[in-house]
Amino acid sequence: MNNVRDKKRANKSLPFFFRTEFKVFFAIILVSTILLISTFSFDTVPPILNRGIQPATFPKGLLVLIIALTSIIYYLSFKKPWKKEKSLPKPFFLTILSFIIFIIISKTLDFFLAISVLSILVSYYWGERRIFYLLLVSIIFPLVVFIFFEMILGLRFPPGIITNLYYY
Amino acid sequence: MMAPMFSSKLLLVLLFGTLFGLVLGVLPGLGPTTGGALILPFTMTLDPLSAIILLTSIYCAGTYGGAITAVLINTPGTPAAAATCLDGYPLAQKGEAGRALGMATVSSTVGGIFSVIVLVFFAPILANLAYEFGQPEYFALAIFGLTMLASIGDGSPIKNLIAGAFGILISTVGKDFMTSIDRFTYGINELSVGIGFIPVVVGLFAISEMLTQSTLLDQVFKRVALKAVKLPTKDDYKKTWKTILRSSGIGSFIGVLPAEGGTVASLIGYSEAKRFSKNPEEFGKGSVEGIAGAEAANNAATGGAMVPTLALGIPGSATTAVILTGLIIHGVRPGPDLFKEQPEFLYGIFGAMLVANVLFFIFGFFGAKIFARITLVPNKILWPMIFAVSVCGTYSLSQSIIDVWIMLFFGVLGFFMRRYGFSVVPVIIGLILGELVEGTLRQSIVIFDGNWLMFLTRPIALTFFILSLIALAFPLIRSKKNKKII
Repeated sequence: MNNVRDKKRANKSLPFFFRTEFKVFFAIILVSTILLISTFSFDTVPPILNRGIQPATFPKGLLVLIIALTSIIYYLSFKKPWKKEKSLPKPFFLTILSFIIFIIISKTLDFFLAISVLSILVSYYWGERRIFYLLLVSIIFPLVVFIFFEMILGLRFPPGIITNLYYY
Repeated sequence: MMAPMFSSKLLLVLLFGTLFGLVLGVLPGLGPTTGGALILPFTMTLDPLSAIILLTSIYCAGTYGGAITAVLINTPGTPAAAATCLDGYPLAQKGEAGRALGMATVSSTVGGIFSVIVLVFFAPILANLAYEFGQPEYFALAIFGLTMLASIGDGSPIKNLIAGAFGILISTVGKDFMTSIDRFTYGINELSVGIGFIPVVVGLFAISEMLTQSTLLDQVFKRVALKAVKLPTKDDYKKTWKTILRSSGIGSFIGVLPAEGGTVASLIGYSEAKRFSKNPEEFGKGSVEGIAGAEAANNAATGGAMVPTLALGIPGSATTAVILTGLIIHGVRPGPDLFKEQPEFLYGIFGAMLVANVLFFIFGFFGAKIFARITLVPNKILWPMIFAVSVCGTYSLSQSIIDVWIMLFFGVLGFFMRRYGFSVVPVIIGLILGELVEGTLRQSIVIFDGNWLMFLTRPIALTFFILSLIALAFPLIRSKKNKKII
């Protein structure tokens, strides 16, 4: 209980733009506003064909609702500040980095190579050092998954330097 | 009518679903929702009945499986088992892990079976009522569902509403179904068919959980030894039978309401068990009534949540949203017509849920010790494997790499949503209800010739709107007591 109170106090002592509630409020409002502006560029139906409302009206209403509700939670946070979250540990950022590497490899080289690289990176970053288990997650298991999807479900994976060895 | 239940293929599916559900339930961070979403692409190789039986058996067994971890390592395998930790783990620490698991198994089974009976009786009644529904009534019903989610879901009501609205917004991406005009596609062809349900669910549940696990690597679980699961004694039954029945009723009722089904049900079931108990001072110290109250309620919510899912096409929980998606992708349209045109399909589901409850009782009773060992698989090995399955499963549905990017995006988004107190469940419910909400609203406006006030001339729609207002006002009243709006 005291811990939570301390965290809240710590958050309250920060300048407003560093507080969690402001950052969340700002992020939601920014994204919603950009999306709201983009709805004005949606095509419209000519009045003669228009039955009911225009296609942009419903998303516009939703975005206005999201902006309004976000403003309410920000206003309420003045009375009841949010607790300050613990800073994120290194493995979290390394996992995100693995995702980025996964996207790059799957786009440029090979889908299954990307899965293998991500698996070995995540397993290693999370503390696994035993070679057998690193091989298990990066080679054996993706191979089993590939065989299962390819042979049993009949799925065709995107071409790539390793996948092509099987397909051609 | 029950003939399909006895086909060996269906029994095999049921057996696999129950075992798989137990494994998912036991593993903290996974659960029937994530597991259901992961297995959904694989169901495409099955016929509709087998697919839905697989998903419902995962739902039933996964909800129970969470109790095993809750009792033995004080970590709920599923959010619905959180209340089970309160008394399950203290009782296990006293050297009575077998008794705690025995009570959890029996009460889960009774709760589950009770809820299937509720489902069998109430789903057709609700479906019959739905014959009176037109577009305005369905719109009002969907709004009621979303406001209920804000009101009795886990977390802050306003944040739940924002998440629900965001879910509906995602459903608007792609070609407008009435005019074929592109919305939020930004020139990306793949987005013109909209954002699929599976990438969003797998991202919000599995990938965000993977990121959460990356922040918990220093967490150490203290396991309690388990010799064997013991059936409750006569004395235990005497103490708990009223609690089990009460919680079964509570769970079934909460399950019918569109909210986070089992989680809320188990908390209410637990607190009501304490309120009615002759020994409330024992709660939190290893009370069997506490275990029974929480477990009967969370499993009773499974059948309850299937009532609106099958009768109205409105999911009663996050897992039933996955089941609803399963129904839709297999070409089965839930609603009153399903009861009229395909009763044997529904009897198959009812029967499967009943059998799944019996099966998890047997597996739980004899195999809890083995299932508990699954928690020994380290996260550094388990999660890369789950990632591989998530990626392939997501890719497999439309064979689109864009779906995999979407899954990763929603994984990161889901992580930050959870970090800042936004539940991801309303996003899922919003996404699945989005088309219904927008479609019925626009069609109603056409019917009413643009006069919005005509909604108030429809008694059923008006009732749902009034109930929605009450649902929205309820958290304000509740906040006076515990000051939790944000």
